[in-house]
Amino acid sequence: MPARLLKFAFSRQHPEPRMFTRHDTLKPSYDVVIIGAGGHGLASAYYLTRDYGIRNIAVLDKGYLGGGNTGRNTTIIRSNYLTPEGVQFYDESVRLWQNLSADFDLNLFYSTRGHFTLAHTDAAMRTMRWRAEVNKHYGVDSEVIDRQAVQEAIPSMDIDCAGHVPVLGALYHAPGAVARHDAVAWGYGRGADRRGAEIHQNTEVLGIELEDSGAGPRVTGVRTTRGRIATRKVLCAVAGCTPRLLEMVSLRSPIVVHPLQAMVSESLKPWLDPIIVSASLHVYVSQSARGELVMGASLDPYELHSTRSTLDFTEGLAAHMLEMFPFLSDVKIVRQWAGMADMTPDFAPIMGLTPVQGFYLDSGWGTWGFKATPVCGKTMSFTVARDAAHPLIQGFGFDRFARYSLTGEKGAASVGH
Amino acid sequence: MKLMTCPINGPRAISEFAYGGELRAMPDPDRADDAAWADYVFNRTSLPRVKLEWWCHTPSGVWFIAERDTALDTIRRTYLFTQAART
Repeated sequence: MPARLLKFAFSRQHPEPRMFTRHDTLKPSYDVVIIGAGGHGLASAYYLTRDYGIRNIAVLDKGYLGGGNTGRNTTIIRSNYLTPEGVQFYDESVRLWQNLSADFDLNLFYSTRGHFTLAHTDAAMRTMRWRAEVNKHYGVDSEVIDRQAVQEAIPSMDIDCAGHVPVLGALYHAPGAVARHDAVAWGYGRGADRRGAEIHQNTEVLGIELEDSGAGPRVTGVRTTRGRIATRKVLCAVAGCTPRLLEMVSLRSPIVVHPLQAMVSESLKPWLDPIIVSASLHVYVSQSARGELVMGASLDPYELHSTRSTLDFTEGLAAHMLEMFPFLSDVKIVRQWAGMADMTPDFAPIMGLTPVQGFYLDSGWGTWGFKATPVCGKTMSFTVARDAAHPLIQGFGFDRFARYSLTGEKGAASVGH
Repeated sequence: MKLMTCPINGPRAISEFAYGGELRAMPDPDRADDAAWADYVFNRTSLPRVKLEWWCHTPSGVWFIAERDTALDTIRRTYLFTQAART
């Protein structure tokens, strides 16, 4: 190793400015503490500093920035959901996505590809028509296309899927896109950092301090592995760790944690432009800018708080990929991984205020959280700053289960979750 | 391959089993108020720990209880529900 490199490694005066400032100590108090330095947490910090002038913010993460589901998803962005709440929410998100690279002055490689949700059964075709009509009503570009149109759009696909699940048609969503997921966390993190928010990695939250002076519990502070912080507002954006945080404030929720796995192939010449999803075959696939096929399937079938990978998943997904694209039989899989998905019973998120004053929740993002990153930041920063749920997230409240008033988004889940 | 022991059929591949959720006590439907019933219907304790869960060996249709660590994905014990009631 050259001496210069060694010297550089031990120096604290790195000549190249990093994306973020490193803070050696926590301050004794912050106006807002955000738990989870993933896309959602950093986006909330970004909009709190930019739009609401709240700069005294700490973003804590027990691991590293963007190391959770922000860096583990398959980067698909779309807004062709089923419920009015979902469609409007994700449509706003797509609009924000389209300007984000300019907003950050950082290339997110946002790439509009078109998104095909294949239907292999009459029941699926019926749901596609329903989704297309709801989408059109809210001005989202979605249409049902027939089998021939699918084949023309994706000429390399076996339209009969090895004969046993022939494609009948598809829901085509032109704004469907992919983006570079790590850069999203970096962009939001850098923007928040520049405006005064502090990002503290390797800082695990051990407990949340509450007081109850008769009007119900309210947040007074956070205990971490690096000391105590006094704060009146805590935003929890921790995906698969949500149940552990909720236990710290003695709240029960319907969230269950299941692993969601994904994998990528070796790099290939560009051949697949659109994003393809098949619920019947449990496949979603797109080709990244590096030429890798990024593939995902459905959730693991049982609860687990771990990011282990399984061979069952790889075998199952590879088999279904070959039914659609038999010519891939020589292509190698180079990586697989998993994230912890916080699933809700109605497949809609849980966002906004909670029965604990000053404890705000951005959770239940299950398998669909990446595409919502910008709009979550927008709506949660509003919610934290004003202490009132943003109009776009009122259908996603924590109390909807106690009222038996669910927001059934299940039909729009691309893959049988 | 991951194995699970069915109390009737012995060790089998995990792919032969279906997960049935955690073992929970149902409140009396006639006495429970709406809040208690909603809590039973929707809320779960999804924390990493050893839990009692319902599992089904699907080829034979045997429902049983598994003690499983949801952090490590290790199965400690499996037994029929009647035995669970006794111990």
